[in-house]
Amino acid sequence: MQATESSVRTEIIAEAPIEHAFKVFTADIGSWWHPEHHILDGELAEMVFEPRVGGHIIDRATDGTECRWARVLAYDPPHRVVFSWDISLDWELETDPAKTSEIEVTFEPEGPDRTRVTLEHRNLERHGEGWERMRAAVGSGWPGGLERLAAYLAG
Amino acid sequence: MTTNGLAALGDPTRRAIFERLAAGPMPVGELARDLPVTRSAVSQHLKVLKEAGLVVDRPAGTRRLYQLNPAGVGALRAYFDGFWNQAMAAFKAAAER
Repeated sequence: MQATESSVRTEIIAEAPIEHAFKVFTADIGSWWHPEHHILDGELAEMVFEPRVGGHIIDRATDGTECRWARVLAYDPPHRVVFSWDISLDWELETDPAKTSEIEVTFEPEGPDRTRVTLEHRNLERHGEGWERMRAAVGSGWPGGLERLAAYLAG
Repeated sequence: MTTNGLAALGDPTRRAIFERLAAGPMPVGELARDLPVTRSAVSQHLKVLKEAGLVVDRPAGTRRLYQLNPAGVGALRAYFDGFWNQAMAAFKAAAER
């Protein structure tokens, strides 16, 4: 994960064909998204990724309420998807598009069953004063992650 | 919650309790037996860990069992791994299933 001024970026190699990787990222987003990472009041029941520009990523709670926290800005299967991050610094739905950041995900084949997936969360400065908090929340992390914490705790 | 979680683990006794609970649910008495502190001190530490979202408790017969709270530990992991790094690792695993 590298961070430029107002974006964070990360990439992985998935041992999967590009079409499959794209489908899992979009249509099957609910299969891998962390169930605690939502801004609903209730518990997350399902996620819907509407496969078109102008669609949304929608979180539905067990009580039926929903939260449209992302607008789909580009949808070019199986190569690229861009969606907005309509979440404020207070972790509430941001209704002013001028104050939202965006995420671009690109899929590049590295072979028939291997795909490089690159994610960039950019324009974080649009969240306004204190936007660095959002960058810290979505980005960076510690090299080595929780394993380093575990090693520290053990030491 | 994450910041509280980190603060809660700043204390060596609480870290020791947290590590023991990683092995599985335990009542206060059992936790206190292995640690060089009193049972009431262990209870106080558990209270802090609970407030930080790292530990939850539930009644089991006449006693209470304490265990790690997956949500709280998950939040800590997100903090250390970075939100998108963690999400992309989960995505990779799903894409390769």
